[in-house]
This record gives sequence, C-alpha cells and structure tokens, in this order.
Amino acid sequence: MGILGFYLRRLYTVFRGEILVLPSRLIVLLFFLVLLLLPVVTQDPYLLRILILTSIFAIFAASWDLLSGFTGQLNFGHALFFGVGAYTAALLNLHAHLPPWGSIPLGALAAVLAGLVIGIPCLRLKGTYLALTTLAFPIILMGIVFAIPDVTGGELGVSGLDRLSGSRVTDYYIAVVLMLGLSTIMWKITDSHTGLIFHAIREDELAVRTAGINTTRYKLLAFSLSGFFAGISGGLYAHYMRIAGPANLEVSMSFTVVIWAIFGGVVTIYGPIGAVFILFPLLEFFRFWPEFRMLMFALVILLILLYMPEGLLPWVRDKIETECPRCKIRNVATRKTCRACTAQLD
Amino acid sequence: MILDIIISSLINGSIYALLAIGFSLIFGVARIVNVAHTAFYMLAAYFIYYGTHKLGVNPALCMLLAIIPVTLIGLISYRLFIDPIREHEAAVLIATIALAMAMQEIMLLIFSGDFLGVPSLVEGYRMVFGVKVAYQQLLTIAVALLVLAVVWALLLKTRLGLAIRSTAQDREVANLMGMNESRVAMITMGVSVGLAAFTGAVIAPLTIVNPFMWMPPLVMMMAVVVLGGMGSIKGSFVGAFILGFAEALVVFLIPMGAYLKGSVALSIMILVLLIRPEGLFGIAFEEER
Repeated sequence: MGILGFYLRRLYTVFRGEILVLPSRLIVLLFFLVLLLLPVVTQDPYLLRILILTSIFAIFAASWDLLSGFTGQLNFGHALFFGVGAYTAALLNLHAHLPPWGSIPLGALAAVLAGLVIGIPCLRLKGTYLALTTLAFPIILMGIVFAIPDVTGGELGVSGLDRLSGSRVTDYYIAVVLMLGLSTIMWKITDSHTGLIFHAIREDELAVRTAGINTTRYKLLAFSLSGFFAGISGGLYAHYMRIAGPANLEVSMSFTVVIWAIFGGVVTIYGPIGAVFILFPLLEFFRFWPEFRMLMFALVILLILLYMPEGLLPWVRDKIETECPRCKIRNVATRKTCRACTAQLD
Repeated sequence: MILDIIISSLINGSIYALLAIGFSLIFGVARIVNVAHTAFYMLAAYFIYYGTHKLGVNPALCMLLAIIPVTLIGLISYRLFIDPIREHEAAVLIATIALAMAMQEIMLLIFSGDFLGVPSLVEGYRMVFGVKVAYQQLLTIAVALLVLAVVWALLLKTRLGLAIRSTAQDREVANLMGMNESRVAMITMGVSVGLAAFTGAVIAPLTIVNPFMWMPPLVMMMAVVVLGGMGSIKGSFVGAFILGFAEALVVFLIPMGAYLKGSVALSIMILVLLIRPEGLFGIAFEEER
C-alpha cells in the first residue's frame, strides 16, 4: 500500500512538474485523450470516418516531415510511397489473400524498397534538382500502372479489398492508435542520435561529412524510414477505402502532403500532424459550398502563409511559450522568470 | 509516321522549351520554384477562349491581347502573395501551389470543367508524303521558334538581359553593383509569366482547354529544366526537344504508348542525371555554405 501510494504520488509529481508546466505538453495530452475516448461519447459514423482518414493522412504527412523536413531532402514525389504501399497491400490481399495485418506491413516494406530505389539516384542531387526529380517517380509508376491494366486494374484501380476490421469503431481505434504510436516513434527517432544527424545533414552536409559521418547511409536511412511510415499509411488507406487506384499516385497527392507539412511547420513532426487535423476536417466543413471548397482551401493557405511563414503550429507555440535565454528551457509565456534557472525572461 | 513524329516532337519540344525557359528564368533570378507557372498558361488559354467565343474578337488579336492581363495577374499575385514571404523558400513553394489551385478553381467556377476548344488561326492542311500536316501546327512551331529567338536576344543582347543574367549568377554581388535586385526580380517575373501566357496562346488551338490542363505540362516542364540544367537557357532548349522527341517516339512506336510517354521521358531525365547530376548544360557550383 505504501509503495503504491509512493508511486502514485511520484506519478502525480511528474505529471505536475513535466506536463502541466507547459501548455504545449498539456495540449498533446488532451489530444491523445480526446482521440482515444471519442467513441465513448459519440459513434457518429461520419465523424469517425473523417477522423480515420485524418489519422491515416497524419501518418503520411509526418513521414514527409521525417524525410524532407529533417534531412532537407525535399521530396516532391511522396505519393510514390503512399501508392506503392497501397498497391502492394491491395495486390497481396486480393491475390495472396493475406489479411490486412499481413498485407499492410508488407506494403510498407515494398515502400521501403521504393525509398531505396529512388534514394540511390537522388543521392547525387541536391535541393531543387532533387525536389523536381522526385516529382517524376510517381508519374513513372502511374504510367506503368496504366500500361499493364491486367494486373493493376488500370484507371479503375484494384478494388474489393478486405475491410480493416468488422466494425467502424475498431477501424477507428486501429487508425488512431497506429497514428499516435507511429508519430511517437517518428518523434523519438528525430529526437535520437540519428535525428541529430538528420538535422545536421540539413544544416550543413559538408560539415557532417567532415566529421566522419557517412551521410549517404543516413540519407538512405531517412528515405527508407519515411517510405516505411508512408507505406503503412498507404496500406491503411487502401484497406479502409477498399480500393487502391491511380489517384493515390497523382501529382496533387504529392503536393497536398507538402502543403500539410509546410502549413503545420516543418522539422517538428507534430506540425504536419496538427495541420492535417486542422486542414482535413476544414476541407470537409467547406463541403457545404462544394464549388468553393478547394478555392477556400487555397485562400486559407495563402493568407496563413502571409502572416506565419514558419508554419502554424510553431507560431502558436512561440506565442504560448518562451525559451529561456540562459538555459534554453521552455517556459509558459506568462512567467516572469525561468522555471529552472530563474533567469529573467523578456 | 516519321513526319508525324517530327511534327509532334517539334510542337511539344517548342512548347516545353518556352515554358521551361520562363520557369528557369524566375528560378535563377529569385530562387522561386513557381509551380503556378503553367497555371498562367492555362489562364491565357481561357482568356483566348473567352475573347473568341464570347466577345467575338479576332483570334490572332486575341492571342496577343491575352498576354497583357495574364502578365498583370502574375505580377499582382507575385506582389501580394510571394514577395512578402520570399525569405522562406518552403513557404514560397506552397504559396505557388496554392495559387495554382486557386486559379484552377476560379476557372472551374467561371467556365465549369467542360472541355473547350479554340478555333485555329489558319484553317486547312497540306498532304506531305501522305501525312496530314495542319497549317496551324506549322504556324505554332514557327511562332514558338521565333519567340525563343526573341527571348534569346533579350537575354544575351540587351542591358535588361545582362541584369537578369547577372542577378541569376549571384544575387548579392548584383545588389552590390547597384542593381535593384527586387526590381529585376519583378521584371523577370513579368517576362516569365508573359512567356507562359504566350505559350498558352500558341498551344490553345491545338489542345483542349480545361481547368486541369496545367498539370501535365508542369511535370514535363520541370523535367526539362532539371535535364537541361537549372538556370541554363541553352539547356532548357535542348532538354525540351530531347523530351519532346522521346514522347513523340513512344506515342507513335510503342503500343499503349500514350500512357507510357510521361514515364519514358522522365526515365530518360533520371538516367541523364545519374551520369551528370547537374544536368546537360548546368554548371556544378561549388557547394554553397
């Protein structure tokens, strides 16, 4: 009893000292709780459907950030990973009769392979060259998809896949738990030693090479990690929508993920996820004026960019938190002195 | 067959060259990856459609007139949306994507998604070795090559061209030499959008006008720019004709070629980049730090 009480008290202390002190951490906690407890409150099928799709695309957007935000290898063809994941999962499910829990990971592995294939030629390219070259890959694959309609279904795509699970609520939990779990993994990766090297490659690749680090290996690692996560989201999407079609490979798909990520703020992981959770439901909201939907979407993005070019979420974070000038610890914006070193905050 | 391939590759090649030169101009001078570049081309095609069908203006006159409003729209949107955030390259990128989407949606609202056609300037065709060659096709090629020559002269023979080229080479030094860098960027944006509008004008009679027509040439244009070497006018020119020729060959010689034309052309680009990462005529700069 005493030990249990001790642990409970310690948990509370940690909770108060580590989570309640920073509004951003509190928001993340609330985000987790709301998403996990939502089906208890409402089981509205339309709402659940939107949130499932939002979660799937949140994984996709975060995986773009992992590659392009962190290592700075601007990828304009991210739809390739999504499409490869979706098509592989769909074909395996349809022809080899693999259930979703088998086909989605295999689809993700295929996307890793795709990441390696496009990573190798792209290792020699930099910056805008790289961005424009990667744009080509999904289109090449799309041409192949159209050219062999017997296997890929051509324009109609592969349809009639197994459902993720029997019920909508289970689907919801699969998508949301996977999204939260994978995003945490991605965030942990970027926070690790490897993530530090990714940061460094973006800032100054030459300096990283000079420090004796094999940047080629790390860039390929970034490509395959990002491909893995994007492949999972592609497989999930294929199984949830029960179709994998050429629309998954379109240029607009690649552009949309870039919009989400940059809108939310790159090099954060949480930025793109937050952006998807804001923009995707917003797009659904604009469906009341279907003809103005995409126009409003574009205008919202243009206007927000004018006022916060760093992205939405980092901007909000800077408003509610300040960084201590001396010890670099983050504080609530309302505090006068730093919570760790009591230096004056300005 | 051979003549078909030649005509088709000449048309595609000159269209891609016009687009790619405009795109690489503004990239070189202002480091803006203008995804909306081909959206201006779509806009020009719609202006011509509106002029000829609704207002009854003479098509030839209309094609010249369309360039002015499109260039103005380009400059205004540059001033409003791109110039204020030019420091943030990523933000500029999605600003141009959003701009292109906005233009597509506005055109969709005004004209709906129907496939529209624009009348040819010159009717009729001539049989050459048993192949039908429309006069409009010949006219398009001739006008496109003429404008390419004009752009070439503008860039290499005039003071404005010198300013544009030097700013493209090194923005800071150009600024130190007393050039108004932001004005050069503004003028270049005008020239670039004007070129896009002109391309839309010459291609409009040969293609279908619809709000999504900006997507396919966008990808090919970017491929041309990368293949030829970023910022190299000669590279864009050569790259455009290589990819145009590859597309035409695939379409006419391979079954299901119409689906594969993009794939083959883009694969060629990637193969070339494997051998020469800086493109055919690009210059490998020392690593910028």
